[in-house]
Amino acid sequence: MLAWTIYLSFAGALIEALLPKGKAMHARCVALAVAVAGLAIAVSGFIFGMGRGRVVLIDVPWVPAMGIHYLLAADGISRVLVLLTGLAAVAGVLFSWNIELRTNEFFAFFLALIGGVYGVFLSFDLFLLFVFYEIAIVPKYFLIAIWGSTRREYAAMKLALYSFVGSAMVLIGLLAAYAASGSHSTGLIALGHANLPVSSQMWLFPLVFVGFGILAGMWPFHTWAPTGHVAAPTAASMLLAGVVMKLGAYGCLRVAIGLFPRGLDPWGFSIIGVGSWRDVFAVLAVVGIVYGALVALAQTDFKFVIGYSSVSHMGFVLLGLVTLNQIGVTGAVLQMFSHGVIAGLLFAIVGRIVYERTHTRQLAELGPMHLSRRIPFAAWAFVIAGIASMGLPGFSGFVAEFQVLVGAWIAKPWWTLAAGLGIVVGVAYTWRAMQKAFFSDAPQTAHGLEQEHKHPFAALTWPEITGTVLLASVSLVVGLYPKILLDAIEPAVAALLAGGGR
Amino acid sequence: MNYTDLFRVTLPETILEISALLVLVVDLGLLRKAALNVRLAAAALLGVAGCGAALWAIGNQVGFGLYVDGNLVLANGGTAAVAQCGILLLTALTLLLLFDAVFTKHIGEFVAVVLMAAAGGLLISAAQDLLVIFIGLELLSLGLYILTAFAKSSGKSAEAAMKYYLFGGMSAAFLLFGFSYLYGLSGSTNLYWIQGNIAEAGASPLLYVAWILIVAGLGFKVAVVPFHLWAPDTYEGAPASAAAFIASVSKVASFALLLTIGRNLLMPGGPIGGQSQVVERILSEIYVAWQPLGVILLLVAAASMIVGNLAALAQSSVRRLLAYSAIAHAGYILLGIATQPHYSGQGSAFQFFLGTTAPWRMSSDAVLFYVLTYGLTTIGAFGVVAVVERATGSDKLDSFLGLHKRNPVLAGALLVLFLSLAGIPPLVGFWAKFNLFAAVLSEHAGTVPFALVCLAIAMSAVSLFYYLQVLKRAYVMPAVDESHIKVHPVVMAVLVGIAAAVILLGVFPTLLGNWIERF
Repeated sequence: MLAWTIYLSFAGALIEALLPKGKAMHARCVALAVAVAGLAIAVSGFIFGMGRGRVVLIDVPWVPAMGIHYLLAADGISRVLVLLTGLAAVAGVLFSWNIELRTNEFFAFFLALIGGVYGVFLSFDLFLLFVFYEIAIVPKYFLIAIWGSTRREYAAMKLALYSFVGSAMVLIGLLAAYAASGSHSTGLIALGHANLPVSSQMWLFPLVFVGFGILAGMWPFHTWAPTGHVAAPTAASMLLAGVVMKLGAYGCLRVAIGLFPRGLDPWGFSIIGVGSWRDVFAVLAVVGIVYGALVALAQTDFKFVIGYSSVSHMGFVLLGLVTLNQIGVTGAVLQMFSHGVIAGLLFAIVGRIVYERTHTRQLAELGPMHLSRRIPFAAWAFVIAGIASMGLPGFSGFVAEFQVLVGAWIAKPWWTLAAGLGIVVGVAYTWRAMQKAFFSDAPQTAHGLEQEHKHPFAALTWPEITGTVLLASVSLVVGLYPKILLDAIEPAVAALLAGGGR
Repeated sequence: MNYTDLFRVTLPETILEISALLVLVVDLGLLRKAALNVRLAAAALLGVAGCGAALWAIGNQVGFGLYVDGNLVLANGGTAAVAQCGILLLTALTLLLLFDAVFTKHIGEFVAVVLMAAAGGLLISAAQDLLVIFIGLELLSLGLYILTAFAKSSGKSAEAAMKYYLFGGMSAAFLLFGFSYLYGLSGSTNLYWIQGNIAEAGASPLLYVAWILIVAGLGFKVAVVPFHLWAPDTYEGAPASAAAFIASVSKVASFALLLTIGRNLLMPGGPIGGQSQVVERILSEIYVAWQPLGVILLLVAAASMIVGNLAALAQSSVRRLLAYSAIAHAGYILLGIATQPHYSGQGSAFQFFLGTTAPWRMSSDAVLFYVLTYGLTTIGAFGVVAVVERATGSDKLDSFLGLHKRNPVLAGALLVLFLSLAGIPPLVGFWAKFNLFAAVLSEHAGTVPFALVCLAIAMSAVSLFYYLQVLKRAYVMPAVDESHIKVHPVVMAVLVGIAAAVILLGVFPTLLGNWIERF
């Protein structure tokens, strides 16, 4: 049944593309209906799949001559991420309710992107996964290039090329693994069983890990992320940070670690303590955590703060993945979910609720507007989202990052120490942004005062409130009772770590 | 040889020639006073009917060959039949896209020349003899020179034709020179005997001279670096239909010829009987002799990918962009032709041959798949460019500004076709690339082919940039002129049909793959 999330989204995209122009409300309602239906399927699939392992949804030969199957299946990891995609889709539609320019095209690209994302999370054939992965590239480009803001064409092209280079690396890995395994099948399970020689795995693993890692915002290939997030329209930033970066992390886990586990073995020698690809990527992840947080601390544009914070938080995901122990990888998957929800919420508040009314994202200009008084809803929503993002107990981020840190401690204690530094800086930049944007006591300028009286801020609309409440409550529920998701994630992670996703 | 056989084997070519003459009779005789659009419709439809009849004739003669004194001269079936069907189909599409053409009043002559050139294409796809190859090639090329020059009022068209003709004449001379060496070395003009005799006589340095000359001659036809210089000028100056024809039909025919030549080097034919010792010796000779040629082809392929893709980045004319992208695509295809089973010299060459014939078939199928779908996509791309060019008067990138407002369906077709050229799934261009690279890698564990596949994939990542340059103007950047672009309904139907086929074949690649395998 979960497979219908894909078909529904693509059908929705097609309908949107064929809708007559100028009927913005129709386009919105269709998009919302499709997104809600997708979420409903995702939720029911999640509930239905509880306590079950991998469920094959559909398996038909696609290109029999090359052993390519149209194989969709879902295990616990897939179900959690499909759920996240459903949430991000609904929230994304709600927060793009105000799009007036070429509305139907916007939602057509939006739903096509969502469909591709669902497809990646549900594919259990490497070729199919790659196809969906590439399908997601083109809509991203147009979403940013047409409806974006700051330097949108530059950011869109940068994102498209980074993604395409990453997927080119994955394609090389795919072809090499296919040829090395005897050209019988591209199924993830079959390739996992193929016992590729360690020497091949040794170079295939870093190739594919970096290929997917580019989209996961891995330092130093992260530079598309801040520019892309900032330039994108709100819904697209929510999707970029919320689910598209997870595509990369998911690929790292499912494909790189799942198919080439021996690539993580020690090299047999070490250079300044780095003795395997695992160490290399752990160092990159830790650098990403600390670097992202430090750069976020120095930003003057509110959206850039969130953009760099994504790099930092995705560093936790990558760090969790390379711990290769049960708790660390589970934490990484949970962090994917958690960051998807929280980053979506932050981008929604900054890019939509605040920017829509103030028309600026500069922290220095936002301060004198006394937003905590004028849009208290946004201020308190940001406080909640900020707390969640900092990783305070009670929200999903805490459970996830805690598990990652424990996993890292088991693997190598110094990783935890370095990543812990990132958490401290994380508190600092979130606090700084919150204080400067919402709770500044900078005196209001005369001009600002006049503006305030002349143009009072528009009232909050129902889509804004619904979307905010939806995302915040999900983060809270998962934070208070993480067992809901952990029960699904843990067996799947255990199976994956036990041997190449077998 | 008897003439009944000759007639049966060349029936498709004959049908095309007859329909060309019919077009001339109808256009210059019956419809001399009629309006231009009536003449256009009559000529194009007659031509399409001729292609259909020829297609029917091919369907009836699969596996039938023409022998002269026991030597195979024309082979039907196999790759030849696939390429011939492709040529006829693409010719018909070219003719249909002619519907709102305005570049000439001599429409009957244009259609007739297209059909005759297509007959040349059919001939070289099937030819197994150097002389027939050369005649077919000249028939095709002479047609193309005329077509390029057909916009008589345009100086650019004349210039393009002149360049094309001079380069083409020179490359034909190279080719003929190379053929003469082959003949001198082997005493035969028949491909089967040539490779058999040469293998028996042992490799000679002169053989490499012959190969280099032949690669130069054929490299010109398929526009690979360093024989590509004519392509951008010709694509830019020729009338759009002529450019589409050159970019698709002529490509399919030339690659089919390259496949024939390449395959004849690897398939034991000619004097090889059932004695396995002779076969063994000949095969190992062939594998040894093939390697230097393979290296030349690989170098050419790599250079084409790099030069084509990088030069396309700098173009501001969409036609020139398509020309450089065609050079890059020719590089990818050549990779599929150039890589051959690698025989290390250990063990029996005959056993190795038996083990690798199936993959060899796989790679030639992949090449055919690539060429056919590339031809289809390019015709569509040129169709869109032609429409935009007529509406805006130029093929510069900026004339595509705001296309999605001026004609959403046309913009949609452009989106699909260009993304397919860039190799984005689930469009057919992606599948063609994947198929080709997978075939190359399954045949070889070697480092060099693998490195080249990596280069090809990296270069197709580069190509996304320039394809997006066009799409960006069509979809993203603000329109300067928002007036509606009118498209002739037939042209629109063909373009939408091509775009639909690109999607359909991308989602169900087995449709085309199985069809190719059947032959």
